[in-house]
Formats: sequence, C-alpha cells, structure tokens
Amino acid sequence: MSADADVEVLRREGRIVVVGASLAGLRAAETLRDKGFTGSLTMIGDEPYEPYDRPPLSKQALLGRARAEDTALPRRREIDAEWRLGVAAEGLDRQAKRVRLANRDTVPYDRLLITTGTRARPWIHPDEAALDGVFVLRTRDDSVRLDRKLAGSPSRVLVIGAGFTGSEVASACRERGLEVTVAERGPAPLVGALGGVIGAVADRLQRRKGVNLRCGISVTALEGDYAGRLRRAHLSDGSAIEAEVAVVSLGAIRNTDWLAGSGLAAGPRGIACDAGCRVFDVNGIVTDDIYAAGDVARSPHPLFDYQFLSLEHWGNAVEQAEIAAHNMICAGPDRRPHLWLPMFWSSQFGVNIKSVGVPSLGDQLVVAQGTLAEERFVAVYGYHGRVIAAASFDGAKWLGFYQQQIEAAAPFPPEYGTVDRRTETLEPVDPAFPDPHLPTHGPTVTLTGHSPSERRVEFVPSHA
Amino acid sequence: MTPGTITAQITDYANRADPYPLYAELREQPVRREDDGTYLVSTYYEVRNLANDPRLSNDTRNRPPGYARVGHPAEETGLPPSFIFTDPPVHDRLRDTINRPFGPPHSPRFLDGLRADLATVVTELLDAFEGKDQVDIVEDFSYPLPVTAICKVLGVPREDEPRFHIWADALASSLDPRPGGDDGQEKAQRARQDMGAYLSDLIETKRRHPGPGILSALAPDMTPADLEATAVLLLVAGHETTVNAITNTTLTLLRHPDVLERFQKDPDLAVPLIEEVLRFEPPVQFVPWTTALADIDVAGTTIPKGSPVWLMLAAANRDPKRFEDPDRFDPDRKDNEHLGFYTGIHYCFGAPLARIELHAAVPELFRRVKFSGLLEDPPPYRTNAVLRGPRHLPVAIEGLTA
Amino acid sequence: MRLVVDLNRCQGYAQCVFLAPDVFALHGDEALLFSPRFDEAQRDRVEEAAAACPVQAILVDYSDEPTRGAEPHVG
Repeated sequence: MSADADVEVLRREGRIVVVGASLAGLRAAETLRDKGFTGSLTMIGDEPYEPYDRPPLSKQALLGRARAEDTALPRRREIDAEWRLGVAAEGLDRQAKRVRLANRDTVPYDRLLITTGTRARPWIHPDEAALDGVFVLRTRDDSVRLDRKLAGSPSRVLVIGAGFTGSEVASACRERGLEVTVAERGPAPLVGALGGVIGAVADRLQRRKGVNLRCGISVTALEGDYAGRLRRAHLSDGSAIEAEVAVVSLGAIRNTDWLAGSGLAAGPRGIACDAGCRVFDVNGIVTDDIYAAGDVARSPHPLFDYQFLSLEHWGNAVEQAEIAAHNMICAGPDRRPHLWLPMFWSSQFGVNIKSVGVPSLGDQLVVAQGTLAEERFVAVYGYHGRVIAAASFDGAKWLGFYQQQIEAAAPFPPEYGTVDRRTETLEPVDPAFPDPHLPTHGPTVTLTGHSPSERRVEFVPSHA
Repeated sequence: MTPGTITAQITDYANRADPYPLYAELREQPVRREDDGTYLVSTYYEVRNLANDPRLSNDTRNRPPGYARVGHPAEETGLPPSFIFTDPPVHDRLRDTINRPFGPPHSPRFLDGLRADLATVVTELLDAFEGKDQVDIVEDFSYPLPVTAICKVLGVPREDEPRFHIWADALASSLDPRPGGDDGQEKAQRARQDMGAYLSDLIETKRRHPGPGILSALAPDMTPADLEATAVLLLVAGHETTVNAITNTTLTLLRHPDVLERFQKDPDLAVPLIEEVLRFEPPVQFVPWTTALADIDVAGTTIPKGSPVWLMLAAANRDPKRFEDPDRFDPDRKDNEHLGFYTGIHYCFGAPLARIELHAAVPELFRRVKFSGLLEDPPPYRTNAVLRGPRHLPVAIEGLTA
Repeated sequence: MRLVVDLNRCQGYAQCVFLAPDVFALHGDEALLFSPRFDEAQRDRVEEAAAACPVQAILVDYSDEPTRGAEPHVG
C-alpha cells in the first residue's frame, strides 16, 4: 500500500489520541475535524474539566470579574471525541502504540498528539509547601482556592518570584486592597523575560502601586504555626516577614514525567520535536506517529539560530496545535513548518505589556518610541546588528510593525525617523539580562541549545 | 490611464457615484507616484501596514513647503490642529483626555447609555413616514439621527443645528483634495472661525455651568483652544460620516433584494451586514493627510521622506488578495477585517458611536418600512470625495409597520 | 455562552468595551479584561462587539450545552 493510501485510511478510520485536554489539545482536535478527519478521536486530560482558558486565572478571576469555573473555552466546532477526563496518562508503549492511563486502562492509537503542557513549579520544601496558605497558580482549582483565601482579607500576601504570573498576582492583590510583598531573586521584576532596563520600569510601577518589592533576595523558608498555617517567611538577608498567604510563582515544569522510559526525547525542558511537530526519540531520530504541541513542545526556529524554543505562550499553543493536527493527517510533502514568531502579553498594575520576538536573545536595546519614564513606550532589542524583538508598555498597536522588522531581519539600531521619537539619535544600551546560568523565575521563552543539523531554510535578510 | 491624472479622476465628480472601477485600476500598481510627488497606496496589506507604521505621520507640517497642510489652520490664526492631525505623544495625550468622558476605561457605559435615547429618535423619525409614499432617506432619516446623537454626546443644543450645519459642510469640503480648491479653503477657514467662535462661547458657558455631554466634562482638563479644535472636529465628523454610513447601508440593501429579503426574515443579520457595508461602501474613502517621516519601502517602491501619502481605504477594502470576490456584497463573509474605520492609533474615534447609531437605525428602518424601490439609481452624490455619500436618497415606500 | 479573546491579536482598540461594557472592560488604557461566560441578556451586544473588533480577536460560542462526555470520567 502506498503512503498516500495509508494517509487516506488514517483520515477515514484512524485512531487519534490527544493526551492533554487544554487549549492546544482542543484546538488540535478541532483542526483535525476541520481537515476532514473522520476516525476516532480520544481526548485524555488529568483534570476533571473540559478545556478551559488559563490566562484569566491570574487576572479576571482574582479581580472578581469572572469566576475561575467559568473559563471553559469556546468551541470552534463540534469535535465528536471520546473524553477521558480526570484521569492522567501514566505511560507510553511505542511498540504496541498504546497510552496507559492511571486507572490501568490502555488506549491504542495510530497517531498520538502530546499536549500535556506544564504545571507550576512547587515550593522546594514539600512540608512547607503543604502549609495552609501556601499556593501555586496554574489550574482552575488553584485559582478558586487562592481567590477564596484572598477574600478572607489576609494581613499580608507574599508573592515568591516576580515573573509575569507573580507580578499579575501582586497586581490583583493590590487592587483588592491587600498588603503585598514580592520577593524576587533577580535585580528587578520581569528581568528574565525583558531584561533589567525594562525590569526597572516594572520595578517603579510595582512600588508606586504600593507593593513592598524586595529584589535580589530569596525566600529561604516558610514557617507555620501550631495548626499548620503559614505565619512567616524567612529571607536570604536574614530578615523575616509575617504573611498569611504565600503564592509561589517560580515558573513551570513541563509535564513529561509520564513519558519516562518511552524512548522519546522528553525531559524537564520539554519534548524535542522538529518544526513539523514530530517528536524525536532519544537517539535524535524523528518519529512519524507521535506529535507534540503547546507549552510542552520545544522545536528549532530558523529565525533564532535554529535554537530549540520552548514557548509558554497562548498563541503558540493555538498555532502549533493547528500545525501538528494538519501534519498528523497528511502526506510528507503537504506538511507545514511551525514558524510562529513568539508573542506574549501580560496585564498588570493597569499596564498592557506585550512582546514579540525573543527579547532574551537581545544584546542591545533602544527605546524607539515613547519614554520609559512615562511607562508608555516601545523598546526594540537587537542581536548581532539586527532587530530580534520588541516589547511595549501600552503600545500594542505598534508591535505589528516591529514584528515585520524582525521577520525581515531589519538592521539594528533602527536609523529611520518615527513618530514619538524622543531623542535625536537612538543610543543602544545593554538590555541587562541576568547571567543565563542563574535561575530566573518563569521566563516565557527558554532557549535550550542549538539544533545538531546545519540545514538551511530560505532565509535571506532583506538588508545587507 | 495617463500618469499624474489619477488624483484628478478620483476627485472628479463624474466618478463619485461609482469610484470602484477607478480603485481597481489603482490597485494594479499598489504604490503609485503622482507627478507632484504624492504617493497613493491602494492595496489592503500595504494600506494596513502603512497605517500602523510609526514612520508615517498625521502631522502635515512634516511635508515640505508647497504641499497642502491639511488640518493645520494657517499660522496667523494661532489655532491648534485637532488631534487627528497630530502624532504621539501630543496625539495620545489629547485622545486619552477626550476619551475620558466618552469611553473606557473611565466612562465605558457612556455610549451604551445613549442606546435608548437613540431608539426613541429613530421611532420618531420613522413615525413621520406615516402616510407618505416617498421619502428622502438622507433628509428624513440618516441626517437627523447622527446630528441628534453628536449634539447629545457633546452637549450642544440641538436647536442650533441649522447654524452649524453650513459650517460643518464647508469644513468637510476642506478635507477634500480637489484641485483648485482655494476658494473652498477660504470658505473653510471662515467656517472654522465662525464655528470656533460659536463653540468657544458654548464652552465658556459650560465651564461656568456644567451640563450633560462631554464638553462640560472636558472643560476643566483642556485648554480652550484644544477643546474648541476638538469640538469642531467631533461636530463635523458627527455630521458628515454617520449620515453616509446609514444612507450607504440603505442604498446597498435596496440594491440587493436577496439580502434584504433574508434580513427581513432574520434580523440577526444586521450585525454582519453593517460590517459588510463598512467594507463595501466605507464612509471615509481615503485618508489623504499622511506624510512619510523616512524613506519607506512598500511593495517594491520607496516612498521618499517628506512625501504626502494617500491611503486608499475604499480600494483596500476591495482588494481581491484579501477579500474573495471583493465586489460582491456578502454579509456572510467571514473574517471581515475591513478598514472602514481605518486602523492603528488613528482608528476612528467615533466608530463605536457610529456603530451604535447604525444598530439603532438599520434594523428598525427595515422592520418598519415597506420599500418599493429606489427612485433614482445612482442617487445624486455630494461633491466630497473623501467623505463620500449620497446627497439625497429618494425612495418609494408602500407602508409603515408600528 | 462563552467567549475568549486572543490577546495576542488584541491591540486595545476597546471597541468591544464600548459596545458590551458588561462583558468587556479596559484595565488601564489598553489591557483588556473579559468575562469568559455571558448570558442571553448580553447576546446582542456581544455579537456586535465580536463583529466590530478591528483585529477580529473575539471567538464566541453561543452553544450553551456542556460537552458530551465532558463530565468527570474517573474510572
């Protein structure tokens, strides 16, 4: 039978299993049906809920504008799937092409899509993490619990880690009128994702909004009272602060534990796959029946030196899921690469922060429009003399332009005049990213080494 | 087409009723240079990108001497430009301030709160159709509604309307890049002064005795000159654009009986239908007041720094590279990301008001009025090429439902 | 009825907030907040808002049925 005939049979009566029933899993399932897949579709999810949207959990849901229970994602279409929710996948047998579930059931597949995403990195000491008042924020249940606790007007909330999630939690707490301390190990909030220059703006913003911000400091221990309730946190400078609530915002861990022993290239940094979302095995050989998409996947990106990018981005999850679904049910020549330009947003303290490209690759930075002092600006990041990223504070309408500059590998620093340019010439500065070897809290893009291959795609900078 | 004549053709009144063949010709060369150094951009992606390009300015003072400085009152008048003819940071500060009493984040319910009032106005206007077998949609319907709306929004007495009607017309004409329009410019300058005088009196009164409407709310936060410029802009825009949007919707529906029939059975069609009219017959046809701040490469052409640039919204809205079968009026169109209200930081300030008016007007008009047809097709158009729309839209009607 | 806004696409035009202020809100000058669930009373306004979005970033699902088989399946 020819490969094309195989694909036809697969599309008609194949069995596709999606492990991970969140945004990426749902959009992949919809795409499969949209593209004419009529076989059986099984959606496996460890949470007992249908796919829901996570970004509101640290924003609307903590601001009293929406209930975490109401975040179920709208559907683009019927997907006619068998749902296995509330039961985690526990293992993968590639030989037999079966997923093993926590309840001992096995689910056979012809094609497997892994969209298991990430989970919140827990507090380092399990006994302290178990104290009443210590939270992480990743799931619907996390958000409901935290919201309930905050409603009890705790005397002080300690946020551990000033990445995007931590900063959003701090913002919501301030709006609720709660006292907040943020402990950040780096020199400023958001420093891992946007660097110290922009971090300094976030720093000012937090302090102005009444956050007790403690940078360059780490939490060494959480202390409970006789009843197991959080009372106090000890800091690396020897001081201690009283807090009834601690929100641990130390980034995410990729959910790949269940793939241990499966022979796939899956580990704490995610699942390695090619630009077509096909997963590599441990030998670096690409599989043809297993795909990955969303936060759990990492794949090489031609625009960024073929580094394997792992993106915890909403838009990436959607688009990579669509690409994976497309590639799963078509023949080789029709497959598409996932070349999404990283894009990210966060809203905190009344400011809309967005970025495009990979700021953390930047070796130089200019404020191209607006000023840092007014907290309304577009900052452009350069890398080896070309534009590699841009970040805006309340300047989202301009980012599309800089996205095109990145895609065209436009020269950096930009030499042309624009509106809202506040200086005669743009003097590039060091964006001040921390040493990559130091752990930072929850970068939104992690760069995890170069592709072994030297192959090229057609990628010609438009300017010499 | 002979080079250098395209702008003349666009502004030529003979092409007013149907400029679309001209726009189609224009799109064959997405970026076209006129003999005087003006660049016309007419394809969707190019227009959209330029409107969002920080190298493009709305401040016509960036043009070299000799070019029209649209929107900028003569130096000796000492009058500031309104915010649409400014760039950030001035633009952002002005627009944010004006937005305070008008929209979110500070006044998110201001316009929504006008829906009931506007519905009443619509009812009254349609009640007056009773017993008639012929009406002029412009005079009897699409003109009075937006005028009432903008008066309510600003807090301007509705009964003064006949006075500023004439000024608004003259000022709108000054946006029109008609060749040899010196006479028009002079008339506009006078209208600007008269309207300014009227409004500055009104603003002064509001400063002392605040009433409803945004002028009262803005009086403490803006300089009298800036507020006057803003009031002039909003009053003119409120007069000259939504009237076209409502009229164009009526005209387009009467020209497409199949869609009209569906609409009468399914009032929910109003939402996509109104958006499709904004694509198909945009009330602002092009934006002729932008200027390049740097050399800009667009679709293989370099627009040199200082060049006046016209962004042809109505042509872009019918670009087959973006919209399938673009000359078809199709309310079922998916992903209708039209440029009818422009795009970028200068996106139409009054767009939400226009939409609320359209939603108040269009479904009721077609629910209550039984039309028997257009009496003149094409109808007579106003001279303005930018704010293009019929001057009158005479229609025959058979009856009125309660 | 549910909705989600693609906040990568969203550029803070806020047209949805004007048209459906009980479902959408601006937090500061540009950041959009939305209620992911809304009821029949808001339906017309949400439809207007979704159609008006200049970057077509709003996805609405009017079917209010819970997904078949989406109930907890803990076996």
